[in-house]
Amino acid sequence: MQKKIKNNHARGPNYTTAQLTTLVVLRILIGWHILYEGIVKVLNPYWSSAGYLLESKGIFSGLATSIVASPTALRIVDFLNMWGLIAIGLGLIAGCLTRVASISGIVLLFLYYAFNPSFIGYTYSTPVEGSYLIVNKNLIEICALFVLMLFPTGTIIGLDRLIFIKKKPKKRILKILLGLEEFK
Amino acid sequence: MSKETNNKITDKQNKGPVKKEKVSISRRDILKGLATIPVFGPFLYALLKKKFSDDFKKREILAELGISEKAPAVLPKTILKKSKELIRLGIIGFGGRGEALMHAAGFAHPDWIERKKKDARENKLDKTLEAFLSQEDLNVVLNGVCDVFDVRAERGIAASKNDIRPDGGSGLLKGAKRYRHYQDMLQSDDIDAVIIATPDHWHTQMTIDAVKAGKHVYCEKCMTRTVDEAFKIAAAVKKSGMVFQLGHQGRQQESYIKAKQIAKKNILGKITLVETTTNRNSPGGAWVYEIHEEGSPETIDWKQFQGPAPNRVPFSLERFFRWRCWFDYGTGLCGDLLSHEYDAVNQILELGIPKSAVASGGIYFFQDGRDVPDVFQAVFEYPDRDLTLVYSATLASGRHRGKIFMGHDASMEVGYSLTVTADWESTRYKEKIINRIINTSLPLFTYQPGLKGIDTVTSATEKYFATRGLMYTLRGGRPVDVTHLHVKEWLDCIRNGGQPSCNIDRGFEEAITCHMATISYLERRKVEWDLVNKQII
Repeated sequence: MQKKIKNNHARGPNYTTAQLTTLVVLRILIGWHILYEGIVKVLNPYWSSAGYLLESKGIFSGLATSIVASPTALRIVDFLNMWGLIAIGLGLIAGCLTRVASISGIVLLFLYYAFNPSFIGYTYSTPVEGSYLIVNKNLIEICALFVLMLFPTGTIIGLDRLIFIKKKPKKRILKILLGLEEFK
Repeated sequence: MSKETNNKITDKQNKGPVKKEKVSISRRDILKGLATIPVFGPFLYALLKKKFSDDFKKREILAELGISEKAPAVLPKTILKKSKELIRLGIIGFGGRGEALMHAAGFAHPDWIERKKKDARENKLDKTLEAFLSQEDLNVVLNGVCDVFDVRAERGIAASKNDIRPDGGSGLLKGAKRYRHYQDMLQSDDIDAVIIATPDHWHTQMTIDAVKAGKHVYCEKCMTRTVDEAFKIAAAVKKSGMVFQLGHQGRQQESYIKAKQIAKKNILGKITLVETTTNRNSPGGAWVYEIHEEGSPETIDWKQFQGPAPNRVPFSLERFFRWRCWFDYGTGLCGDLLSHEYDAVNQILELGIPKSAVASGGIYFFQDGRDVPDVFQAVFEYPDRDLTLVYSATLASGRHRGKIFMGHDASMEVGYSLTVTADWESTRYKEKIINRIINTSLPLFTYQPGLKGIDTVTSATEKYFATRGLMYTLRGGRPVDVTHLHVKEWLDCIRNGGQPSCNIDRGFEEAITCHMATISYLERRKVEWDLVNKQII
């Protein structure tokens, strides 16, 4: 075991091959899902987050209503949503700014969850394909992204390996954000 | 490689003078750095395959149907000229509907403005006031208000003076004069056209007198209360040459216009059954309207209200404020809601008067002294079109049931939006269903105005009208009150000539059809329309 870790010529944390493979596959799968979610929205000229926001329940429902009531705010939210998803998806698959992508994904998915939480007593008219009790797919994907954030792989398998090979930012916070240094 | 890295870390830790070390990019770095890029290959392949397949199906379907998903081009009934010519309006009947019609024409009571401001503050999605203020200015003034209830007449006058209106307010509105009797208003020189929003039993006499006095008429539905009246009103309007519009504002609904195109293109195949419905489930929806606290024999001209009603009864606040509940003043569901549903179907399929009608129903829920049914079904036969039209209504269940056109090849549901679904036993689409180009569990065609639009609908009754396409439609992507468009069409025809979409001929068809159902219900028999002798037998 010890030997294996040593032999792994990584430019990042030391993982076993099995660990690294699992983490990278998880990263690609989540990236694939998020990228396609973004592309579908861009390709559909009628798509808008208005319907989703109007369904909003819980503490954010007031904010959701305000967004829908303002055409400008809605346009901005729609734009950020579509292109945000695409950027996160691309980042995760390619391993480019992987930790930033993971954190952005967590924020975005958390917003989805917070606007339409599957709490007891909340029912939605938009049909869902499964049955959820508090925990839904958004929450699980959020946790998976936390794993990717804490166990970065972009600097081992991914464009981050090439991007940060020569130049590394000096500030610690940036290093942490870019996955070059660990959370402590 | 690992040595270099280790050295670097050690240097840093020692905080000694750092000599910049050259870090070289090895082949391994490049391979590992780009290792996940090939994932985009299968992703793009899958994406494009799906997109091509979806686009191909869509193109195939649209080519087969010969129709676009875009909004229908709405051609104005007349050549549009700028409305330079001021039209001076009078309104007879300033109740709930009268007020709504005046909003459509651009006049609102200050109280209403305040209420809508409050609504907008409380619910950011309520854009009613914004929609009203951004309405086109129709270049009209309200010079006369006639109502038998003092409070409503005063409200009308206040609305006519209110400068908070679509043109931004000129400060020049002198306000309307109150007329105690509509005949006095018709004699006035400063009125060009009248809007009649009284109970149905007054429509005929008022319209006939108005056109005889040279005034154009916008009359609320149902056009008449009886069959005889329908003949009289049609003769008088045609003889006068004045512009007459019946208040079926659904004529302006984008989805109905699209539905007509779809029916004309025979996308549904042979249509044999049309089902229209009314479901409402509130006292307001069953015409149990609020009785105004100031309503009394002193403030209401009861004698004039009764006018041509067949039965004279002592003063009754219920009858005055909830007149739709009695056959003396209207025809209940027939005149109020079947009339809208029928007119929508008549607009889409151009059916005209049916050959026969059978109706039944009863007073099953609102047993409050009314004599009109609150549950009512009517079946109309069109043997020359091989088609049956069914109307089914209850005022004691809010379950949504659409307006559905059933054809051999596809069915179509029409409301504010429109959905066409292919029939799995269709002859026309058989091949495409087998080839999986058409999926019968999904809509074949959807027309949804304002997908990015905003819901301005609040009350349950308003919601009913909105889902039936009777509140708002889209023009150039913006939500517009359909009643505004309907009034505008009437004014355009007054200025520039031409016939409005719900003219006296459509009104005659509406009145006769509704009355066939009423007679069938009251006389408990099947009635027929004698096309030759033009009478109900």
